[in-house]
Amino acid sequence: MQGHAHGQEHGHDHDHQVVPSDPALRTKALESLLVEKGLVDPKALDALVDAYENKIGPRNGARIVARAWVDPAYKKRLLADGGAAIAEMGYEGAQGEHMVVVENTPKVHNLVVCTLCSCYPWPVLGLPPVWYKSAPYRSRAVMEPRGVLREFGVEVSEDTEVRVWDSTAEIRYLVLPERPAGTEKLSEEELAALITRDSMIGVDKLTPGAKP
Amino acid sequence: MSASDPQSGIENFGALPSLPRDEGGPVFAEPWQAQAFALAVRLSGEGHFTWKEWAAALAEELKAAADRGEPDNGSRYYEHWLATLERLVTAKSLTNTAELAERKEAWADAYRHTPHGKPVVLSRGPSGL
Repeated sequence: MQGHAHGQEHGHDHDHQVVPSDPALRTKALESLLVEKGLVDPKALDALVDAYENKIGPRNGARIVARAWVDPAYKKRLLADGGAAIAEMGYEGAQGEHMVVVENTPKVHNLVVCTLCSCYPWPVLGLPPVWYKSAPYRSRAVMEPRGVLREFGVEVSEDTEVRVWDSTAEIRYLVLPERPAGTEKLSEEELAALITRDSMIGVDKLTPGAKP
Repeated sequence: MSASDPQSGIENFGALPSLPRDEGGPVFAEPWQAQAFALAVRLSGEGHFTWKEWAAALAEELKAAADRGEPDNGSRYYEHWLATLERLVTAKSLTNTAELAERKEAWADAYRHTPHGKPVVLSRGPSGL
């Protein structure tokens, strides 16, 4: 009785490499030409990719928010001059952009978008999520922010003002979310673990049990 | 998020660390996206264009795609990023379209003619290192 074809060698002849996709080839063409001409340093490229994949990310922003929650003087500096206060924590922008930190309160809910492209506070949040770059989010966040928030599961009461901040190449925004009730005894580090990336874009409200 | 295998497409980029994920999926869906991202940031950092120029050019590219009626759900974002990069480096005369097309063909050729398991290098020029 013949069983399944376990262990049978498959007949494909792998005598050459799979040719990469069109964008992959175009990227290789660009990179190899620019490196050859000495216009970019391949080591700097590798370092950058490594940093964005492994080191930079929403945890930077979470540490800043947690510090602001426990240290009123830091919070004051952060809201007055976001860039300087963020630099204090050792995070610097790559493009020299201004960082503006906007605070959520019971009366104001802040939402960040980039309607033109996808400007985003990389140094504190890493790279933007896919939905942030999508046309529906980019257009609807401005036109009907409450509807967008509802889709993210965030209910904002009618007497709370929703402010939408449109990022540009020069100004990036970071939302300082409200500290959830019942977290008074948590350490700065425990607080940082509660803070989600989405809460710092303004599409999430934090609860004491939230997981980042 | 996506049903596709996150490992697909990285067989020739073994030097890259595994791709990070968060609740929004992988930061870069494919390695070329990370390379294209880094190229734009470095070229700007080296002063070949300002970040403002970059953002304006990328916005134009995204708008053109929307005007063509392409679905824009963010999944093709890095394709637009790459098209912007090609447009800016040629506009700044860092290279030209003929050179890019020729180099792209050279890479495709190198893949077709390199035995499986061997590193792919261009047959001429030092760039394959």
